[in-house]
Amino acid sequence: MKAIVNISLKAGVLDSQGKAVHHALDALNFSGVNDVRVGKQIVLELHDTDAKHAKEQVTQMCESLLANTVIEDYEIEIMA
Amino acid sequence: MNVGILQFPGTNCEYDTQYAFEMLGCRTNIIWHQETTIADTIDLLVIAGGFSYGDYLRSGAIARFSPIMSAVQKHAASGKKILGICNGFQVLTESHLLPGALKRNESLHFISKHHHLKVAATNNSFLHKMSQDAIVNIPIAHHDGNYYIDPESLETLYRNDQVLLHYCDQHGKPQNPNGSVDSIAGICNKEKNVFGLMPHPERAMEHLLGSSDGRLMLEGLLST
Repeated sequence: MKAIVNISLKAGVLDSQGKAVHHALDALNFSGVNDVRVGKQIVLELHDTDAKHAKEQVTQMCESLLANTVIEDYEIEIMA
Repeated sequence: MNVGILQFPGTNCEYDTQYAFEMLGCRTNIIWHQETTIADTIDLLVIAGGFSYGDYLRSGAIARFSPIMSAVQKHAASGKKILGICNGFQVLTESHLLPGALKRNESLHFISKHHHLKVAATNNSFLHKMSQDAIVNIPIAHHDGNYYIDPESLETLYRNDQVLLHYCDQHGKPQNPNGSVDSIAGICNKEKNVFGLMPHPERAMEHLLGSSDGRLMLEGLLST
């Protein structure tokens, strides 16, 4: 079983990297972009075969290590 | 005064920190992160600067789970003093021993230069030897020094005099090198025994190296 964790800065926390990428896209004449947020993705291969249990485990991993919940949000996707 | 200095893989300011405290007459011990205890004889624990665990995941995020860190939590809970410099500050926020978080500098650049700081609070055992609003010149060297805290918690910090230092120009006007909320360069916990700052006072101990303003800061920690 695989878990995909997407971590991004919370709404309201300035994302300097996102801003820099947005500027660069503008410079390349990609004018249709309203906003850019840069995050990171962590892919976990799990022993687990129970999706509910896996999600609980990964949630604990996010809360304790993978994300800093003072500034970051996380989303977990469990794949069979 | 006995000073313990933590060393993680990637720490690179432990010997400068040791040199600075020995210059002030302290006995020092470097404590490897795999240790599980901090001797009772240690009065002050310093988490030195550097790049613990290569700053992987987030600065300070992995160091936080090193074996020594439960002893660090105990040291803090017992009311003894802890100073986190640069990466040490990041380790302290990741460990929730200090509020807020340190983000990537707003410019996205690593910044390494001397910077002026203004003293915001002196009613604590770190900066009590300095005068309110004093301006000092201390080097900064960081990539993730952009202090973030939510507005409500920021108010609490100010109410309790937990904001210790602001970045400023040489005349004391606010000047923000990295995007920190309110140009904050250093804070302490509510109990005022855990201190964190991004600038490096241990690199400002001698005129020869551009500034000796760090001496008065570090000396403050040595009175019991």
